[in-house]
Amino acid sequence: MKFTPLDPASQPKFIFPFYKSTVLRGPTQTPVHIPQGLGETRGPLFGREWVGPLDSDLTRNGRLNGEPLGERIIVTGRVLDEMGRPVRNTVVEVWQANATGRYIHKVDQHDAPLDPNFRGSGRCVTDDAGRYRFMTIKPGAYPWGNHHNAWRPNHIHFSLTGNGFAQRLITQMYFPGDPLLELDPMYCSVPAQAASRLVSKFDLDVTVPDYALGYTFDIVLRGREATPMEK
Amino acid sequence: MTANMLPQTPSQTVGPYFAYGITAAQYGYDWNQLAGGVLVRDDTPGTRIRLEGRVLDGNGQPINDAVVEIWQADAAGAYPGEAAFADQTAFHGYGRFGTGTLPGNLYRFDTVKPGAADGAPHLNLVVMMRGLLIHAYTRVYFADEAAANATDPVLALVPEARRGTLIAGKTETPAGIVYKLDIHMQGPDETVFFDF
Repeated sequence: MKFTPLDPASQPKFIFPFYKSTVLRGPTQTPVHIPQGLGETRGPLFGREWVGPLDSDLTRNGRLNGEPLGERIIVTGRVLDEMGRPVRNTVVEVWQANATGRYIHKVDQHDAPLDPNFRGSGRCVTDDAGRYRFMTIKPGAYPWGNHHNAWRPNHIHFSLTGNGFAQRLITQMYFPGDPLLELDPMYCSVPAQAASRLVSKFDLDVTVPDYALGYTFDIVLRGREATPMEK
Repeated sequence: MTANMLPQTPSQTVGPYFAYGITAAQYGYDWNQLAGGVLVRDDTPGTRIRLEGRVLDGNGQPINDAVVEIWQADAAGAYPGEAAFADQTAFHGYGRFGTGTLPGNLYRFDTVKPGAADGAPHLNLVVMMRGLLIHAYTRVYFADEAAANATDPVLALVPEARRGTLIAGKTETPAGIVYKLDIHMQGPDETVFFDF
């Protein structure tokens, strides 16, 4: 069983000069195409055994002496492959800034307050329909050094290992209506017709009345080809 | 892709602040991570090896905010499957290590030498970092497996002059066997990255 190729119409290129750090870090030579063997089609299979009870609730997993500040949100969606098949029992890792736009990461020096009750990282696992769900605080925007007056739009980082090493995906989820998106080098690095797939949708059906707003974000990984093919 | 397929979710960089998210314990945060730099336990069968190296940018400077992942077969050449991952104490063949905690900005894995699977023994690697919009795949082969390397079908696809970028040199130290390989993102020794 092979995976469909990475789609150049969906994926960013290694070097995108508007995002300055790509210039010295992105490979310059064309990747060598190789057939998919076991190392590519098999992969780590982290499932429900790897997720603890509080891991998917970022409003609780970092509490010290109270509730985290900010707007509570629910983020949910399905992890599917390109053929529409659910990617079941796979761990989804997330990390993000707090409501003020500050990460607890030690190298983040942005002059905005940390929240003693918010860590900003967690994980959840997909169910039989490929659905994941976590509760968190809406992350704030923050400045960064790419260019004068550069600000990152509100975003949540996602990491997935899927069902094979070929399905590895690291991405970022954004929020609808954010005026910073069109100014953001990372968002703009994605081919224009594909970038909006990184923007979650506000979803009243996911929203919990009197408690938290809901956002939906589906994730599509490379597909498993139905019939073995070799180019 | 064809018309009835769903479109892929685009990749985005892991950014500079991944440490507390995906490599928390390594960086001293008080919670666990799915996998780290040590893949073996005392009872894991196989020859113990250490793999380490730097990740270098286009100026030859070591990168201190990259994260390297490995995925490998066990000592018998079998890739761990569902049963292994259902057991947290089993050998999983998967490691993850950020370059921000060791002197010299090394990545480091303590594992077993993989058995042959699909050609010469090798480790599959993924590199991610701030400034890399999509993860890069590469492989690590072993310098002391010259005969197997010479017939490996993937190495055969790599121009001969560049094959050395994939082959880790072996050193025997009092603490054990250490293989070393630097990953060059750019430059005259740019590592061969793969697409599949």
